[in-house]
Amino acid sequence: MALDKPYKDIPGTTIFDAEQARKGYHLNQFCMSLMKRENRERFKSNERTYLDEWPMTEEQKLAVLARDLNRCIELGGNIYFLAKIGATDGKSFQYMAASMTGMTQEEYARMMLQGGRAPEGKRRIDETR
Amino acid sequence: MAHITASVYTSHVPAIGAALDHGKTNEPYWQPVFAGYETSKQWMKQNTPDVIFLVYNDHASAFNLDMIPTFALGCAAEFKPADEGWGPRPVPLVKGHSELAAHIAHSVIQDDFDLTIVNRMDVDHGLTVPLSLMFGQPAQWPCPVIPFAVNVVQYPVPSGRRCFALGSAIRKAVELFDEPLDVQIWGTGGMSHQLQGPRAGLINREWDNRFLDRLIAEPEALAATPHIEYVREAGSEGIELVMWLIARGAMNAAPPDVVHRFYHVPASNTAVGHLILENRR
Repeated sequence: MALDKPYKDIPGTTIFDAEQARKGYHLNQFCMSLMKRENRERFKSNERTYLDEWPMTEEQKLAVLARDLNRCIELGGNIYFLAKIGATDGKSFQYMAASMTGMTQEEYARMMLQGGRAPEGKRRIDETR
Repeated sequence: MAHITASVYTSHVPAIGAALDHGKTNEPYWQPVFAGYETSKQWMKQNTPDVIFLVYNDHASAFNLDMIPTFALGCAAEFKPADEGWGPRPVPLVKGHSELAAHIAHSVIQDDFDLTIVNRMDVDHGLTVPLSLMFGQPAQWPCPVIPFAVNVVQYPVPSGRRCFALGSAIRKAVELFDEPLDVQIWGTGGMSHQLQGPRAGLINREWDNRFLDRLIAEPEALAATPHIEYVREAGSEGIELVMWLIARGAMNAAPPDVVHRFYHVPASNTAVGHLILENRR
């Protein structure tokens, strides 16, 4: 019998569960390595070489190089770990959040000031309004 | 014997810490957030406890994916503010209370909660932002703090019901401690927010306020809320709110006095919620 994962039907949301964590272990630990200054410097000097030191999948490496956070999450990344890439790039968390929504940082910041993204129509994939 | 006298609930948004550390508290964006904690800082001065038991979560700072404890109790004498990639926050070292922490570990584990005991751990914004909000920027924190880190990052996280029951076991443990200590328990994180994916930025003001109402009036019923409701209604990171139930579960069964209530949107990506509840004497 399958495990109950009722969160699979929430739009635009990937829950970081044990299955995702298993897929993303090396990707997330690569991110964690960027907590050290010397690693950030080595990564910045040659990203591909640094990534090749990690047993990550090619898809994960390409997603990191493209800074495609949604793809990273799909491949097992977790946002708290992925945020270390943003910190290495000197980007704010709000910049990273906006990049996942297809909005510019200004549009995203304005949405937040106006009360954030409303839950209406965003609770279930099949929710119709 | 020791007593839990009050509980404090607050969001622990990292940007709040950054705003404070960089002197931005009077900027129009941040002013309403800090204004909401003015009453709290006054109350804190008059009600500084002997120890704070602070429930929070680590955000890939002290713990990475090598080990993921569900409930980690900090038993060390001191805890350093973590470097989260931007350098450690310029806040005081956190002094622990090893004797009370070890006592709580003993009691709570005997009550069937399998805690992880941590004797070395850096503490990140999840713990230090609530201290900054409640105490401002002192040279030393005014009292010892026992950090209690809950896994709310990798699912499944502990259920609300489990958290509430754990709170009750913590209260029992505190009351079995022989010194007459005044102990506060703080529950942190939340409120509604989602930091990932195309749905990032989700805020649910109505759900958050209902959560605050029920946390005050019917916490045990609130604790039965399934995870899926948090995620659907309050965003994938809104699940942090289960940690508030640990603090609430540690309060007496009699209705508490509501000292302060505050709610504000936004702080960066997040809805800020805050409550102070006192046990009636």
